Amino acid sequence: MNLHEYQAKEYFETYDLPVSRRSIIKKYSDIDEAVESIDFSNGCVAKVQSHTGGRGKVGGVKLCKSKVEVKEFVEQWLGKKIVTIQTDAGGLPVNIISLEELTDIDKELYMSFVVDRGEKCVSMIVSEAGGMNIEEVAEKTPEKILKAKLNSDYLIEEKEIKVLANSLNFNSEQTDQFSKIVSGCAKLFREKDLSLLEINPLVIKTDGNLHCLDAKINVDENALYRQEDLLDKRDPTQEDQREYEAKENDLSYVSLDGNIGCMVNGAGLAMGTMDTIKLYDGEPANFLDVGGTATKERVSKAFKLILSDQNVKGILINIFGGIVRCDLIAQGIIDAIKERSVSVPIVVRLQGNKSEEGKSILNDSGLNLIGEDSLQEASKKIVELVK
Amino acid sequence: MSVLIDNTTKAIFQGYTGSQATMHAEQCIDYGTNVVGGVTPKKGGQEHLGKPVFNSVQEAIKETAADTSVIFVPAKFTKSAIIEAAEAGINLIICITEGVPVLDMVDVINVLKSHPEVRLIGPNCPGVISPGKAKLGIMPASIHLEGTVGIVSRSGTLTYEAVKQTTDAGLGQSTCIGIGGDPVNGTSFIDALEMFENDSQTESIVMVGEIGGSAEEEAAEYIRDNIKKPVVSYIAGVTAPKGKRMGHAGAIISGGKGTAQDKFKALESAGVGVVTDLNLIGSRLKESL
Repeated sequence: MNLHEYQAKEYFETYDLPVSRRSIIKKYSDIDEAVESIDFSNGCVAKVQSHTGGRGKVGGVKLCKSKVEVKEFVEQWLGKKIVTIQTDAGGLPVNIISLEELTDIDKELYMSFVVDRGEKCVSMIVSEAGGMNIEEVAEKTPEKILKAKLNSDYLIEEKEIKVLANSLNFNSEQTDQFSKIVSGCAKLFREKDLSLLEINPLVIKTDGNLHCLDAKINVDENALYRQEDLLDKRDPTQEDQREYEAKENDLSYVSLDGNIGCMVNGAGLAMGTMDTIKLYDGEPANFLDVGGTATKERVSKAFKLILSDQNVKGILINIFGGIVRCDLIAQGIIDAIKERSVSVPIVVRLQGNKSEEGKSILNDSGLNLIGEDSLQEASKKIVELVK
Repeated sequence: MSVLIDNTTKAIFQGYTGSQATMHAEQCIDYGTNVVGGVTPKKGGQEHLGKPVFNSVQEAIKETAADTSVIFVPAKFTKSAIIEAAEAGINLIICITEGVPVLDMVDVINVLKSHPEVRLIGPNCPGVISPGKAKLGIMPASIHLEGTVGIVSRSGTLTYEAVKQTTDAGLGQSTCIGIGGDPVNGTSFIDALEMFENDSQTESIVMVGEIGGSAEEEAAEYIRDNIKKPVVSYIAGVTAPKGKRMGHAGAIISGGKGTAQDKFKALESAGVGVVTDLNLIGSRLKESL
């Protein structure tokens, strides 16, 4: 789950991380108060709040010297959509704009904390190449990327901090600030179950102080049960509506551009099914994992999701029963087809736990379902049917 | 020989009396696995599926000399269940539970550093089966056949697909290990590959990977330098878009890294028999033998 920048900065403040004073505009009439509640003597930076990076490159971040300019910015963006290199062509809605006090910048750095799969710990990455695409920096100038592992107490030893600070040419005051920022971020990461915390850029101001100019936070969805305050910060408008609805129903769904709807149990097999369709010259319309404990209700919900995509011209159901029983799935498929009067062709492949029973239920249903034993044949069939 | 589990394994289930654990423990017992009991706090002294229930892992080990534990407890209790098993002296912990917070797993890995004798499989995995000897997991028994292929996979149902093909090809399996789809887990591909290389029953290896992370690339390097047995590999997620999490917490292409193409390339250059069509795992394996 992602947070908006302004929400992330609220958490930063709680953990004593230096961020700019800011105000929030959710509707046009908020502008006056928003401008008055910050120090506007030299203007402010107006920022679109959407779950995407690359906002600045499309005009979603702007220096405003006057209230008139703020008004223009709000008129330009509020209620509109922002399309960046990170969004799809449809973009994301802009429902919130933040105004931030100006920061005089001397130098831009990069800092992030991530779950390090290889090392099985949380690692910090810092770089003197701030404000840029960090993946590009890592590829072109890997020597500019510095990395440090957090120990089991989520700390980096003072010695190591000093070495990093030296490489970044910090003076002793800046080293102290750096150390505080590292421990604040580490604490926030652990206590709020984050999967990513990124400050890009972390800046050195003209007065020499370190400052978090941007803030990006991703939260581990598996830990949301113990992070109620974060759960409240979820913004469904920033998520694909079908993906959001799927989550609400414990289904895992990702929409794609093709016309063959997929319903599969297990994430790996769901990807494998998409790949197989593609291999036989079809285009999958979605990734959909109905999960290990797929029930009739979930199958029905899954149908609803798949069919809400107007592009879907046919459906491939691929169930390999381990935990799930194929006979229950078969009944669920029949019930859902009747309930939703599904008219597109459906190819079903059942294997594993009670698959023979499942197949005979499908065959006896009198419905127009095409049963196949192998994924290969099933994929070929559905590709042919949607042509 | 097979690896990890066989007919000498003495297994318990943690979360034994829950509905999922009950269903799967029963199937494991029916398969002939030596299940010696289970643990459910506050239910000690009862009998369940004909086996004794204990309040703690320590108690269970004392009474049954259990050496392996299968964990079915809810995600929020998984961290403490794994640590309890490790500290009580269980050598092999198989964690089926999905949805465990990733920082809980980071904590678990830190604790396991002081228990180097403990092997953790999972979490979020289908478990382990040595066909004909023992099954500790949620995989359907019927598709397996005792044989010579060692299978290691990050995904549950995709493992079954590989299993069925090796069964249909008449090769059968020595042991199948599901290492799980989470970003931080106990056992890596490399750990499993090493076990299979050293196992006399295993004659060839199937490695089923998926997008995200760099575990497959690391495995490729290891295979090139250390594995003499033929390896066939499939990676799921060729069609997955960047930045979208494909169900598993671990399956996400971030920053252009972890793509299926990169993984295929690394494996191919390590001499692995790569199949881009999931349906050809079995036939490719036969060719490589």
